[in-house]
Amino acid sequence: MVTEFETTETLSWHVAAPVSAFPADGGACVKIGERQIAVFNFSHTGEWYACQNMCPHKMQMILSRGLTGDQNGEPKVACPYHKKTFSLCTGENLNGDDYRIETYPVRVEAGMVYIGL
Amino acid sequence: MKNIVVAGNGMVGYKFCEKLLARHREGLTDGGQFSLTVFGEEPRPAYDRVHLSAYFSGTSADALAMAPASWYTDNSIDLRTSQCITHVDRDAKTVTTHTGQVVAYDTLVMATGSAPFVPPVPGIQKDGIFVYRTIEDLEAMLAWGKRATRAVVIGGGLLGLEAAKAALDMGLETHVVEFAPRLMPRQLDEAGGAMLRQKMEALGIRVHLSKNTAEFEGYDRVTGLRFADGSVLETDMVVISAGIKPRDELARQIGLAVGPRGGILVNDLLQTSDPAIYAIGECALHNSMIYGLVAPGYDMADIVATQLLTGTSAKTFAGFDMSTKLKLIGVDVASFGDPFCEQIPHRTIVWEDRLAGVYKRLNITEDGKHLLGGILVGDAEAYNMLLQTCKNRMVLPPTPEDMLLPTRKGDTSSAGSGVMALPDEATVCSCEAITKGTICTAVTEKDATDILAIKKCTKAGTGCGGCVPMLNDLITETLKAQGKIVRKVLCEHFDLTRQELYDLVRINGQTTYADVLAQYGKGCGCEVCKPAVASVLASVHNQLVAKQAVIQDTNDRYLANIQRGGTYSVVPRIAGGEITADKLIVLGEVAKKYNLYCKITGGQRIDLFGARVDQLPYIWEELIDAGFESGHAYGKSLRTVKSCVGSTWCRFGVQDSVAFAVELENRYKGLRSPHKLKSGVSGCARECAEAQSKDFGIIATEKGWNLYVCGNGGVTPRHAQLLATDIDRETCIRYLDRFLMFYIKTAEPLQRTAPWLDKLEGGMAYLKSVVIDDVLGMNEQFEREMDYAVATYQCEWKSVVNDEDLRSQYRHFVNASDTDDTLAFVPNGRGQQQPANW
Repeated sequence: MVTEFETTETLSWHVAAPVSAFPADGGACVKIGERQIAVFNFSHTGEWYACQNMCPHKMQMILSRGLTGDQNGEPKVACPYHKKTFSLCTGENLNGDDYRIETYPVRVEAGMVYIGL
Repeated sequence: MKNIVVAGNGMVGYKFCEKLLARHREGLTDGGQFSLTVFGEEPRPAYDRVHLSAYFSGTSADALAMAPASWYTDNSIDLRTSQCITHVDRDAKTVTTHTGQVVAYDTLVMATGSAPFVPPVPGIQKDGIFVYRTIEDLEAMLAWGKRATRAVVIGGGLLGLEAAKAALDMGLETHVVEFAPRLMPRQLDEAGGAMLRQKMEALGIRVHLSKNTAEFEGYDRVTGLRFADGSVLETDMVVISAGIKPRDELARQIGLAVGPRGGILVNDLLQTSDPAIYAIGECALHNSMIYGLVAPGYDMADIVATQLLTGTSAKTFAGFDMSTKLKLIGVDVASFGDPFCEQIPHRTIVWEDRLAGVYKRLNITEDGKHLLGGILVGDAEAYNMLLQTCKNRMVLPPTPEDMLLPTRKGDTSSAGSGVMALPDEATVCSCEAITKGTICTAVTEKDATDILAIKKCTKAGTGCGGCVPMLNDLITETLKAQGKIVRKVLCEHFDLTRQELYDLVRINGQTTYADVLAQYGKGCGCEVCKPAVASVLASVHNQLVAKQAVIQDTNDRYLANIQRGGTYSVVPRIAGGEITADKLIVLGEVAKKYNLYCKITGGQRIDLFGARVDQLPYIWEELIDAGFESGHAYGKSLRTVKSCVGSTWCRFGVQDSVAFAVELENRYKGLRSPHKLKSGVSGCARECAEAQSKDFGIIATEKGWNLYVCGNGGVTPRHAQLLATDIDRETCIRYLDRFLMFYIKTAEPLQRTAPWLDKLEGGMAYLKSVVIDDVLGMNEQFEREMDYAVATYQCEWKSVVNDEDLRSQYRHFVNASDTDDTLAFVPNGRGQQQPANW
């Protein structure tokens, strides 16, 4: 879906929202341009992750509302619809399906969350 | 090249071809090639005669076929249908058909089957009298049946009852006439036959026993049966199903040895008196036995196929166990081993439950050590276990009567240990012929520790699936035997069962997921343990789930049911299904304002679909202002208590079921549990509220209420079971408090009450002893905990609507006030909208 952003050379950082907009150990959706991005605040580990908001299984804009967690240490999100789970590092589906999601780098500076697209 | 000719293309004749090909493919051959020619006198290739009655309920002849005509061509089998072999020249080794076709053979396999036995009763030739064997017979019956009103089946055996089902399916008033004093005289004893009769009559089949038909009345069409005792049964259609007669006429004609009462004599190799000719299936007489079942016929087919390919007699026919289990018109019937033990000294144990229509009999050796055989009617679940116990001559437990008592699937104390007592060579999956040893080895050496892995690894359980419960027991017991603890822990983050976690949280008082994870778990958690812990926290503390939205499962996260397209549905509580006109109007107005799709739910309330996440608090604000509260349709908690109008309006009602339903719904609303809870209250035994399909259901009696628990609909519908009879309102509520808290405390995550009861050791009897007799001494605590939950109830939506922080979570983007522009609706063609397809 967003293949033109595959390389980091063209990365540009976009303001998402203040840290306070994101629930601890949960996700929220931000709009950057016309794009919906799911952002996850793993306050348990202090890490942040971002990915496409659309679940590729049924093309629903929903991943930000999914339950987060880890599988053997790998951070993941589970789609609320059918519990398809995706790695937030690699974007790979962890149930063994062929689906993949785009993931994006996140930077937190001075209480503000930025997404690299 | 060896020429093999098969006379007969029935189920056994077909199976012979199939086995021959299979053995050939396995390389089980002495190197010689063969040609295969098959003659069938029926116009179509072999079909499944066992399931013939399915033809009446709409299954096509093609669907009944064992294999399509192309299968024969593809495998180079020369199938000649509508060809009847009329002569065999044993010297020249040729067969000749009625149309004059001549084919040479090296080996001739007679699989001519049997014909219905037609008793020589005067008038047997009249129109409207049918036999039940071929699809042509069925077609003739169907044509005649259109003008008939009543069908009489002669013969109350296995086949006769099948024919009776066919007549029932044709919509005819159905009678069964049996010469013997009971139904299925070969398989059942008198009490078993009586139980089966009771079941058949409940289905609308009238049974006439000890009746000997003396004459068929009528001019050229049958009008009735006159019995030897002088009585007359009027009818316009008769189906004869009084047994079988082996088709041995060709064998007789060519001088093969036949039995005094018919049947082609065969030895253990299944050779007839001419070693170049074999006989298999219902036409063969082995050791004075004709086997009128398909399984021994298949066994014979395999033996001859193996012999012909290997040229050896390694495999011989040693008789066949006639144990059978079948479902007759929905009634389980089984007999195994020696069901009667007429010749052998024995002791008998009988269990009879006339109310449930269950009869079980076990014949046991005089020393009580071994099982000789038995009969099961109405409930044949224990058949596999009992058959294995009998076949393997296993030593019986000191109280063998336990094997007859209605055991529950999860009751491992009896079934589980029994499974492990089987010898390794006991066949567990008879479809694939897999032994217990193979399965246990797969568990221990190939690490196949669940049913899927076992299926993949051994093929067991992939056929009819009947052995799957036994396979599960074997896996569990084998793991236990290895010292591996079989414990349903939550997930990789918690090495605890839900019950252990529940107790820890109750004792130590953690209130947040983060605390629970820090104390008892590891890692970041996941989509399995977060909702499970959330449920435990909610059950123990009854806190607002919205305060920890990120650990809630899909629907609890936004206190609404997520639907296709990413919108939500809204279900306000309508306790007992009772609602005023004013409130109905409010629902209509709100639905109209937000353009919501409306549908009545199965739980007697109204579901409003299509609300965007940002609209939810506004919709609920309006509903709450009008006096509504959350219906918890999104939660693993009490959904509805459905009711009928009961004694307030209904002329049959004996108690006020609506008032009681409203009271119960208001008492247990908001109670978080391992899974959803549904309930119903009926005002009389007619049960219009379908209370017996609920997690707890109450039915009014003249004296009070009957309380049923642990039923559900869904994938595996289960009837609730009676917990207490004729109790008053207060007692009913106390029992419910205890039952619900016991369930909430001990169930696994997402385990509903019916499977919970299955796994509860001791089953219903134990549950009664806990709830009624207080064997755990926990009831006071259960009631206290329930009182606390009731006292601390709050409407979740009211709390959210009035809390700006919580309310602010209801938006699609956290950095923009836009709504999700991918949401799309289309008209549903009936005046409302639905989400666009996904």
